Amino acid sequence: MARIAFQDESAVVIIGSGAGGGTLAHELTRRGIQVVVLEAGKRQSTETFSQVPGEAFLQLTWLDARTQSGDWGVAKNFPTLPAWHCKTVGGTTVHWTAATPRFEPWELRAKSTYGNIPGTSLIDWPISYQELKTYYILAERRLGVTRRDGVPGLPASNNFKVMYAGAKKLGYKRVHTGHMAINSRAQDGRGMCIQQGFCVQGCKMGAKWSTLYTEIPRAEMTGNLDLRIECMATRIEHATNGRVNAVVYRDGQGREQRQKARIVCIAGNGIETPRLLLLSDSSKFPQGLANSAGQVGRNYCHQIIGFAWGIFDKPVHSWRGATLAGVIEDEVKNDPSRGFVGGYRMELCTLDLPTFPLVGLPYGWGRDFASIMENYRNIAGMLINGEDMPRAENRITLNRDVKDAFGLPVANVHVDEHPNDQAMRKHAQAQMSRVYEAIGAKRVVLGPTPPATHNTCSARMSADPREGVTNAWGQTHDIPNLFISDGSAMTTAGAPNPTLTIVALALRQAEYISREMKTHKI
Amino acid sequence: MDQLVTLNRRELLKSTTGLLMGWVVAGSPLALIAPGRAWAVDLTAFTSSEGAALLSMARTIAPHDKLDDAAYALVIQSVDGDASKDANTLKMFKEGLASIGTSFAASSESERVEALEKIESSAFFQTMRVKILQVLYSNPIAYAYFGYEGEAFSKGGYLRRGFNNLRWLPEVPTEDSGPLPAGA
Repeated sequence: MARIAFQDESAVVIIGSGAGGGTLAHELTRRGIQVVVLEAGKRQSTETFSQVPGEAFLQLTWLDARTQSGDWGVAKNFPTLPAWHCKTVGGTTVHWTAATPRFEPWELRAKSTYGNIPGTSLIDWPISYQELKTYYILAERRLGVTRRDGVPGLPASNNFKVMYAGAKKLGYKRVHTGHMAINSRAQDGRGMCIQQGFCVQGCKMGAKWSTLYTEIPRAEMTGNLDLRIECMATRIEHATNGRVNAVVYRDGQGREQRQKARIVCIAGNGIETPRLLLLSDSSKFPQGLANSAGQVGRNYCHQIIGFAWGIFDKPVHSWRGATLAGVIEDEVKNDPSRGFVGGYRMELCTLDLPTFPLVGLPYGWGRDFASIMENYRNIAGMLINGEDMPRAENRITLNRDVKDAFGLPVANVHVDEHPNDQAMRKHAQAQMSRVYEAIGAKRVVLGPTPPATHNTCSARMSADPREGVTNAWGQTHDIPNLFISDGSAMTTAGAPNPTLTIVALALRQAEYISREMKTHKI
Repeated sequence: MDQLVTLNRRELLKSTTGLLMGWVVAGSPLALIAPGRAWAVDLTAFTSSEGAALLSMARTIAPHDKLDDAAYALVIQSVDGDASKDANTLKMFKEGLASIGTSFAASSESERVEALEKIESSAFFQTMRVKILQVLYSNPIAYAYFGYEGEAFSKGGYLRRGFNNLRWLPEVPTEDSGPLPAGA
């Protein structure tokens, strides 16, 4: 592993080691570029992943204090945990459930497709589908995505058999075990899925793609990566010419360190990325970095996510098998006659016994609540994963009244749901209920909106610098050597789970950065 | 169960203020993993009658009639630990217990539900409810009762242990599913 000196001004500093940061680190280091990765979390491995759900949650989750506001259900149901993502080497690719659908071409043209929807800040992506598709193909090969490029699908689990039978009764056509970054056969030095069901706790087989055991060690093997764990970036500094030139961080002992940088790439997930930009305000950039248009932190999207549980009179044992390996894709279309724009997927889902009542069920207690729990083995599950509308006021801001361990303001997450979001959820809940009722469910229970796992668009790409934070390569409009390298840079949320798109954009960004470095533009 | 017994022995060395105890019911799922065992939880923050009231409260919030008291006792053990470490928590619990009254545990279920509905928005009730969700369903007693099999890596996953053994619905055609790995 490389040891890059604090005063070395030639390195690229990447903040975060997840889908975006980890992939970018590998892509740059394999091209001979020296990279420092600052990762706030610790390093786990397939050996150290806990198989006790509560322990695994504490081992992997980003639990630093945050506040929230707005009328979304998360503020009411999970007041101290607006988002559920990771603080560990590999980032949220350690606990993700590995669904890897692509955006549809029309989803990238969100504003053109949906038109003027009042109360939204919709824009089109500055990238065409044709261009993104090239990188989707690369990303799918990298991740070993099932049902692409000759990779077989995953076998159907009990939970999926229930979803499939109901979906077919309703006449749905696009129903299968999903495009998953989970090995249906051993490949790429990783084992095959043995249907453990503990996807969220970290895959002890390594069958699920994670930068923790793919991109990061490969970047280390190039000799060009200096990975610093338990290092929390607190500020990005700039020179008088306005170019960024250093990242200040706290190391594992809480000491302040300063790493000089030629280029800085932020990949800290959709909440911490804008927070760091806002924390880095200066006399030259009083609103924070890359924020001359006032767009940093705005347009925060989290997708419409919510559970449906079908209770049957026969066992399902939904926990046996890959957590999310199943999907109904027929509702991924823009059909305003349904009462909303944009599309959604219905994706297979199950929660382990300890997590089910904490996250999966609506508020309740007493006999009715207990009767649902009593049926745990007879419950089939799925969730809606749909596009939410960007809104200027749905945003990440600094809450100066609440401070983190280093005395810095924490992030506040504000979300007011758009009527389109509510209409989509209502439609999806009705369809999910019909799927289960079509095959004789005794009862369907609709769960709450869980803490957000798909935090995106809070430093978005835009063709017009007034409407976003970065250009089509994730390069900030204001500062040419400052990049956004995670889901924050996505222009809109679309319906797909975001990781494949984050990886595709990171692959594309790595080409751009190395090209621009070679020609000394940055 | 080993968790209960071990903690019990260690706690006995300290001063205790109360005790919850019981016997694992023969024929319950728990009896399979802890046959014929008596259990006891020493309380350091609460008296025995307070412990009994909290246990009754837990049974009212999450009423699983055939789930052994030992599982609920784990919840009480956990809140007792919290309350003995923090004076504010202890105060909240003592005041909460006072608000539901000394006859709570002896009341009928409908009376207990009525009493809890009155304090549903209190920190006491909400703390107890969350603690129940966190503790009651995450121990071997609950796993056995609800039929949850837990981690599977150490047993080779569920690939050969029933991940696809549901037979009351049609099989999924190969084109929408995928091949079983060799040997599965």
